[in-house]
Amino acid sequence: MEDALESRSVRTDLSGLVVKLVGYVFIGLFALCCTLPFLLVLGTSFTSESAIKLHGFNFWPREFSTFAYKIVFENPSLIVGSYLVTMGITAVGTAVGLFLIAMTGYALQRPDFQYRNGISFFIYFTTLFSGGLVPFYLLITQYLSLKDNYLAVLLPGLLSPFLIIMMKSFVRSIPHAITESAKIDGAGDFTIFIRLILPTTTPALATIGLFIALGYWNEWYNAMLFLSPDMKYRPLQLFLYNVVTKADFIRNSAAASNVPLQDVPLESMKMATAVIATGPVILFYPFVQRYFIKGITVGAVKG
Amino acid sequence: MAVTLAEKPAERIRPLPSGRSGWRRFWNNRTLLLMCVPAIVFFCIFAYLPLPGLYLAFIQYNYTDGIFKSPFVGFNNFKFLVMTGDLWRLTFNTVAYNLAFILLGNVLQIVVAVFLNELRLKWFKKVSQTLMFLPHFISAVLVGLIAYNVLSYDYGLLNTVLKSVGLDPVKAYSNAAIWPFIIVLTYLWQSTGYGSIVYFAAIMGLDHEIVEASEIDGANAFQRIRYIVLPWLKPTFVILLLFSLGGILRGNFGLFFNLVGANNTALYASTDIIETYVFRALMTNFNFSIGSAVSLYQSVFGFIVVLTANWLVKKVSPDNSLF
Repeated sequence: MEDALESRSVRTDLSGLVVKLVGYVFIGLFALCCTLPFLLVLGTSFTSESAIKLHGFNFWPREFSTFAYKIVFENPSLIVGSYLVTMGITAVGTAVGLFLIAMTGYALQRPDFQYRNGISFFIYFTTLFSGGLVPFYLLITQYLSLKDNYLAVLLPGLLSPFLIIMMKSFVRSIPHAITESAKIDGAGDFTIFIRLILPTTTPALATIGLFIALGYWNEWYNAMLFLSPDMKYRPLQLFLYNVVTKADFIRNSAAASNVPLQDVPLESMKMATAVIATGPVILFYPFVQRYFIKGITVGAVKG
Repeated sequence: MAVTLAEKPAERIRPLPSGRSGWRRFWNNRTLLLMCVPAIVFFCIFAYLPLPGLYLAFIQYNYTDGIFKSPFVGFNNFKFLVMTGDLWRLTFNTVAYNLAFILLGNVLQIVVAVFLNELRLKWFKKVSQTLMFLPHFISAVLVGLIAYNVLSYDYGLLNTVLKSVGLDPVKAYSNAAIWPFIIVLTYLWQSTGYGSIVYFAAIMGLDHEIVEASEIDGANAFQRIRYIVLPWLKPTFVILLLFSLGGILRGNFGLFFNLVGANNTALYASTDIIETYVFRALMTNFNFSIGSAVSLYQSVFGFIVVLTANWLVKKVSPDNSLF
C-alpha cells in the first residue's frame, strides 16, 4: 500500500517535471525565435557595408559602424517629416476615431435604443460583403479626389466594425441602471454618454485607442495606394517601404548628403530606417501590452 | 420621464396608427440615432458606396468610355478567369494558405497556452509572453524586411548558415516550391504569441477545484493536460475555428505582398492569392473589370461560406452565433 502510494507520487513528480522542463525549453526557444529577427535588423543596421558584403547580415556587427544612421540623419528633413506626418495622422485619427467608436458603441449597446439591431447589422454587414479594391480605389481617387491627400490615409482607418463590437462588449459590463437613474434625473442621452459613460470606461477607451493608434502607426497600405511616390513627406511605413524596395530612393535621399553613389550603404540604411520607424512602438508597447490583452479577450469570443 | 411613464400603458391599450408610431419611435430615439449618424455616414461612404462599383465586373471597362458607356459583356470576364485557370489557382492558393494558417495556428496557440500555464517562474512567463507578442505589433513592411534579412541570396542569414556548414546557398526569391513553408512559418511567427492569449485566458477560467480534485485522485501532469485542460479548451477551439473559416477566401495582403515583393513573377504559381491578383489587376495591368470580377466572386462565395460557418456555430453553441 505504502509502496504503491510512493511510486505514484514519484511518477506524478516525474510527469510534472517533464512537462515543466519541456515547457520552459519550448516557450524559451519560441520567445527567442520571436526576438532574434529584431536583433538581426538592429545588428545589421550598425554594421559597416563592407562587413555585410563579406559576412552577410548578422546579429552582432562584425565591424561596428553608425554610417547608415549618419546618412539618414544628415538630411533629417525627410525622416523627421515622415515622423511628423505619421504622428499627426495617428493623433488626429485616434482622437476622432475613438470618440466616434465609443459613441456608436454606447448607443448600439443601449437596450432601449429601438434601432440598435438594424444599425448593428448595417455595420456588421460590411465585414461580410465588400466591393473589393477596385471600386474602393476609384471612390477615393475619382469620386472623393483624395489622391495625394493625407485624408486618404486618415479617413478609411477611423472606424472599424471590429472595434465598435469591442466597445459594445465593454459597455455591456456597465449596469444599465446607471443610464436609467441619470435619465430620471433629467440627463439627455448625449450628456449621459459624455459625463457618465466616458469616465467609467477609461480602460476600454485606452484599449480601443491603442488599437486605433497601432493601426495608424503601422498603416502603409492606403498610403501606398493613394500617395504618389514623389510626395516629399510620406507616412513612416511608406517611407520604410520605399527605402526597402527602391534602391534609387535611398540613393536619391543620400545624394543630398554628398556621399558618392558607390559608397551609399544600401543594406544597412534599410535596417537603420526600419529601426527608426519601429523603435518607438517596440519600446513603448511592453507598458501598454495589458490593454491589448484585454482587447482580444473581450472582443474575441463573442462578437 | 414622467411623460413616458404616462404614455406607456396607453400605448399598450390602443396602439397608435403605424405612421404616427413610426414617427414617435424615431422621435424618442433621436439622440441615440444622432449619435450613430457619423458611423452610418462613414460606412455608407467607405463600405456601401463602392458596392455598385462591382458592376465593373460585367462590363469591359475602358478609360475613354467610363463606367456608363463601356460595353456590357455579361459573364465574359468570369468566363475568361475560368478559362485561363486563374480563378482556380487563386481560390486554391487562398483557401489552402488559410487552412494552413487556421489549423496550424490554432494548434500552436494551444500548445503555447498550455505550456505557459504549466510554468511557475513568474518573471520567465512575463518576459517570454512579452517577447512572443512582439512580432504582432510591427508593420507588414518590417515583416517583409525581416524575411529579406533571413532569405537574401547574397547576405541572408540562411545562406550564411548553409555556407558555414558546407552546403550550397539557396536562391529563395526565385524558388516557388519553398514559399508555402516560408509564408506559413512567417504567419505562425507573427501571430502565435498574440493568438495564444485567447486560449491562455480560457485556461485561466478553469476551475481550480477540478484540477485539485484530479491531483488528489492521482492524475499526473500528462493526464491533467489530456483529460482536463484540452477538453476544456475544445469549445473555444471549435468556435474560433468556425469563425476563421468564415474568412477563408480573404487573404492577408500585407503578408504576401511584402514577403514576395510587388513584381516577383517567378513566385506567382505558389504565392498568388486573390488580394495580390486584384492589386495587380488594378495597379499594374489597369484591368479594372477583371479585378472587380475576382472581388465579386470573392465576396459572393465568402458570404456563402460565412453563412455556412455561422449555421455550424449555431448548431455547436447557439450563444456564440453571429446572427
